[in-house]
Amino acid sequence: MANITRSPWLLHYDGSSCNGCDIEVLACLTPVYDAERLGVMNTGDPMQADILLVTGGINSQNQDTVKQLYDQMPRPKVVVAVGVCACTGGVFKDCYNILGGADTTIPVDVYVPGCAARPQAIMDGIIKAVGIFQQRSNEYKAQVKEKKKAAKKGAQN
Amino acid sequence: MGKRSVIPFGPQHPVLPEPIHIDLVVEDERVIEAIPSIGFIHRGLEGLVDKRDFNQMTYVVERTCGICSFQHGMGYCEAVEHIFGVDIPDRAKFLRTIWAEIGRMHSHLLWLGLLADGFGFENLFYQCWRVREKVLDLQEMTSGGRLIFSVNKVGGVMKDIPADMLKIILTTMDEVEEELKEMKKTFFNDYSVQSRLKGVGVLTKEQINRLGAVGPFARASGVVSDMRTLGYAAYPMLDFEPIISEDGDCYARCYVRMQELFQSIDLIRQAVAKIPAEGDLAVAIKGNPDGEYFMRVEQPRGEAFYYVKANGKPNLQRMRVRTPTFANVPGLCEMLKNTELADVGLLVLTIDPCISCTER
Repeated sequence: MANITRSPWLLHYDGSSCNGCDIEVLACLTPVYDAERLGVMNTGDPMQADILLVTGGINSQNQDTVKQLYDQMPRPKVVVAVGVCACTGGVFKDCYNILGGADTTIPVDVYVPGCAARPQAIMDGIIKAVGIFQQRSNEYKAQVKEKKKAAKKGAQN
Repeated sequence: MGKRSVIPFGPQHPVLPEPIHIDLVVEDERVIEAIPSIGFIHRGLEGLVDKRDFNQMTYVVERTCGICSFQHGMGYCEAVEHIFGVDIPDRAKFLRTIWAEIGRMHSHLLWLGLLADGFGFENLFYQCWRVREKVLDLQEMTSGGRLIFSVNKVGGVMKDIPADMLKIILTTMDEVEEELKEMKKTFFNDYSVQSRLKGVGVLTKEQINRLGAVGPFARASGVVSDMRTLGYAAYPMLDFEPIISEDGDCYARCYVRMQELFQSIDLIRQAVAKIPAEGDLAVAIKGNPDGEYFMRVEQPRGEAFYYVKANGKPNLQRMRVRTPTFANVPGLCEMLKNTELADVGLLVLTIDPCISCTER
């Protein structure tokens, strides 16, 4: 956490959860737990978001929506699956309309178990996600630098 | 006539943590028609009756909705208990009532907070959620779970609330009441809140009756509909009156829910005073259910309806849940007609939508 240079923004999407994890995610952002002191901020706009919090499993109706949200987010991006439903499908795994956890549709980086996931666990997940985000951001910057160098070289030749 | 266009609202929207999609047909800034489409959280948990037996279904039903989880479990258990024809011990009835009212308090506080966030009063939003944490702490202390605490079972409850915890509940109620009185001043005396809520989204009693709305949404328009008066759990032994307002606007809905918070505090105090000091927590259930039953309970959002049909096998034949938000969606669409586009987010909030319940 010490070498964070950017403040990542959070986007929250309710897949097909029972609402329990959603309100715990919201509770994380309120004074008692206050995730915002870690430098993250909640946003409703996927185009400004860096970390996606998915709660609940994936079903046939919301699969496209989740994919679309993920695609709209700028790179680098990190996905956190909050709650056991988003991890594996949970208690609803055997339901006819549930395809499985969030990783059936989008790549997931951090899994937060729990039914409903406790705010402390979600905070832990967010901290891990911020670390991964910073690492990816550094790699991405290095790549861009490399590309610029190559382009400069090409122009000189 | 201005130019008509269609603006999609949701499924991902900053105002609501849950996905609902509404196509808003607008003429300039005025909404002409609202066409909802649901199904983003449909899991098909009613279909799980084929795979889980009637005891296991209690835990599935509790996960219909994370906010009113206890009341879902209670409604389902009462329905199955009626099929068995058992009468649960008095202490279990009172414990169910106490947990149900604590659940109602945290749900209404959550809603008041979201409403404040909806009209841009961040400070009030944080205040509501800060107080809500105290109520959640009570749930955690008495059951071990913050939101979903599976204490219901067919035949009674699994956990007892000892006398010292009942005392803590009472002292917390005093604290919460003080805080609520402070917040009530802001909600009902602040001119900016009034100008945002008064006269917005008015529905008359006739409209509510025609559209079949339930819960605080209906009570705010003067319809007396409170399923607690039907007398399940320990409610027949407690003294209360449904809270009603006649105005039918957003302000009235806010008023009804705020007053219900005080009512819940009163009900918890009454229940703690009247609870039998000792007694069993559950009766033994033998065999499998055979028969069918309708059960109606009053959730924070209104009347929830459970239909259970069994044929003497461990697995139920059919289980149906109709939740309050589903009944309130037609009312919402009627309300959205002829309103300003800027009010849509607020109006969607005022029915206290719980999409997870609606789509199951």
